[in-house]
Amino acid sequence: MVSFLRFLINGISLGSVYAIIALGYTMVYGIAKMLNFAHGDVIMVGAYIAFCAMSYMNLPPLVAVLLAMVVCTALGVVIEGLAYRPLRQAAKLAVLITAIGVSYFLQNMALLIWSSNPKVFPSVFNVGQIRLFDGNLVISSETILTIVANIVIMIALTLFTGRTKMGKAMRAVSEDKGAAELMGINVNRTISLTFAIGSALAAIAGVLLCSSYPTLQPTTGSMPGIKAFTAAVFGGIGSIPGAMLGGLLLGVIEILGKAYISTELGDALVFAVLIIVLLFKPAGLLGKPMNEKV
Amino acid sequence: MKFNKIAAMLLAIVMVMGLASAALAEDTLKIGVIGPFTGAAAIYGNACKFGAQVAAEQINAQGGVQVELINEDDEHDPEKSLNAYNNVLDHGAQMIAGTTTTTPCIAVGAQANEDRVFMLTPSASSPDVTANKDNVFQVCFTDPAQGSASAVYIKEHSLATKIAIIYNNADAYSTGIYQTFTEEAATQGLEIVSTSTFTDETTDFSVQVSAAKDAGADLVFLPIYYTPASMILQTAKTMDYAPVFFGVDGMDGILTMEGFDPALAEGVFMLTPFSADAEDEATKAFVARYQEITGEIPNQFAADCYDAVNALYAASLAAGITGETSPEDACEMLIEQFKTLQVDGLTGSMTWDETGAVTKTPTAVIIQDGAYVGFNG
Repeated sequence: MVSFLRFLINGISLGSVYAIIALGYTMVYGIAKMLNFAHGDVIMVGAYIAFCAMSYMNLPPLVAVLLAMVVCTALGVVIEGLAYRPLRQAAKLAVLITAIGVSYFLQNMALLIWSSNPKVFPSVFNVGQIRLFDGNLVISSETILTIVANIVIMIALTLFTGRTKMGKAMRAVSEDKGAAELMGINVNRTISLTFAIGSALAAIAGVLLCSSYPTLQPTTGSMPGIKAFTAAVFGGIGSIPGAMLGGLLLGVIEILGKAYISTELGDALVFAVLIIVLLFKPAGLLGKPMNEKV
Repeated sequence: MKFNKIAAMLLAIVMVMGLASAALAEDTLKIGVIGPFTGAAAIYGNACKFGAQVAAEQINAQGGVQVELINEDDEHDPEKSLNAYNNVLDHGAQMIAGTTTTTPCIAVGAQANEDRVFMLTPSASSPDVTANKDNVFQVCFTDPAQGSASAVYIKEHSLATKIAIIYNNADAYSTGIYQTFTEEAATQGLEIVSTSTFTDETTDFSVQVSAAKDAGADLVFLPIYYTPASMILQTAKTMDYAPVFFGVDGMDGILTMEGFDPALAEGVFMLTPFSADAEDEATKAFVARYQEITGEIPNQFAADCYDAVNALYAASLAAGITGETSPEDACEMLIEQFKTLQVDGLTGSMTWDETGAVTKTPTAVIIQDGAYVGFNG
């Protein structure tokens, strides 16, 4: 029982990281209708910036996170402006391939700048841990922080898209780009803003990911990126609560699957569940079924 | 004043040329060194490069036949390693001290077997490296030997009764050690209470460490590389779980990871043929020079590579190989020579059997205050 609880908490913690990353995928997809495969690598860049700020410049963790967010936001906007905006009218496949190109570009830049020697991410948020059941169940501060950050971001994003003018503009662009433009919404600026928010979230996700799993390499973002993309599809890509739900479920399934079925089958199980869900609900758990327009 | 400067420069040029021609007059053996100097396994490759450099410096300082090393980076990638292999041959290498890591070494070994080029790998430890290749030899233990030697060592020093194993089942190195460890553990009467796996993509080790903890293991055997090992140590700490951790040569390098907290590795055992605090003259000289070059204490990969260069040199001299011998001829002569060769190296007194595997005694070190200390329990 205690070990079940432990697995569940670890699963939720892992799932929360997936969820925050998935938010970035899902927002960009929802509004720009493109899969930004470079998102996982923006996470890695964010983690490296935070690492450098803390280890080399001795900045306090909070400042380091803010710095990482600023750099990633700028990076996200620059990537969008240079690589994706010129392709706005091009075929979807071209944008997809460009995104993969950007992903490799970022990884190789990181290789050049930071080399591939793994770095150990400092434990940022050491505010103590919760011990239950005579120390059999230890909840680390990173876990608590990740879960709390997840809830805060979720609420903030829902309020932002629901209540603010920019948020409404985003939803309008996501519904119909052409009509939104006719209503006087600056589509390019809205998409840039989406990338900015998504990349800032990526920076937070990078720091949280590396706080819980402290090895930092240029490839650190790729596997969590793919898992988070799966989570976004799982929950219904384009839907913010869907990304949350998908991320959490994915994390819990992965950990419980490893714990109770087989450590070797953990990942296979995750993707098997994805396939089954998509067979029955092609739009994902919370995705809106889309009717093909004729 | 100006004239003096020009004269000094001219003199310097003449002296440098003099040195160069003196070196040319000596016979020079060319040895290719291949390893990951960049990339995830760079710690091994660089240790090897500088270890080989120390060996070459010492040989060349003695006079007589000189050694020239030709270094190529393979980034721990089989394809890049083949390119590196071709490059060192293009640059005139007559034999290879390498490659450093197992997967590239299997690929390069197959090619070298076809081309008839002699290879002595310092640290690629899978038996697949030497299998069916009469021209590939090892300085390090094979994986099976590491696995069984670890089990014997744990039993002999009564380190534990209940053992958990966490290994990478996507990796030939890790799986190889795991298999022989479990076999030998059974004969030694060690109880294995938990076995769990991970892959290269795994970021979360909580399940594996939980399994070991719940099974009440007092020793966790980690036949894996240091990057995942560092995560496992971290996870164990957050779970308040403090068994004895026992690693093999892949654990070497954990202390040099940037940002790694050495306190996490306190008390970790590591099976290694080399400990830098040994008192013999050869080790002391090696460690001193290595530290001068790199500023770091050499690990066993550095020592393996040092031994590899020395073994190749000794065998070449005994076989009568000169700078003019072609790689193909050198290969046959060296194969013959290694059957009877005995080398007293930093990693022990070594002989080779005809499969290419080495025979030497296993020893272990324990990590204390961020340094390796010989363990005498």
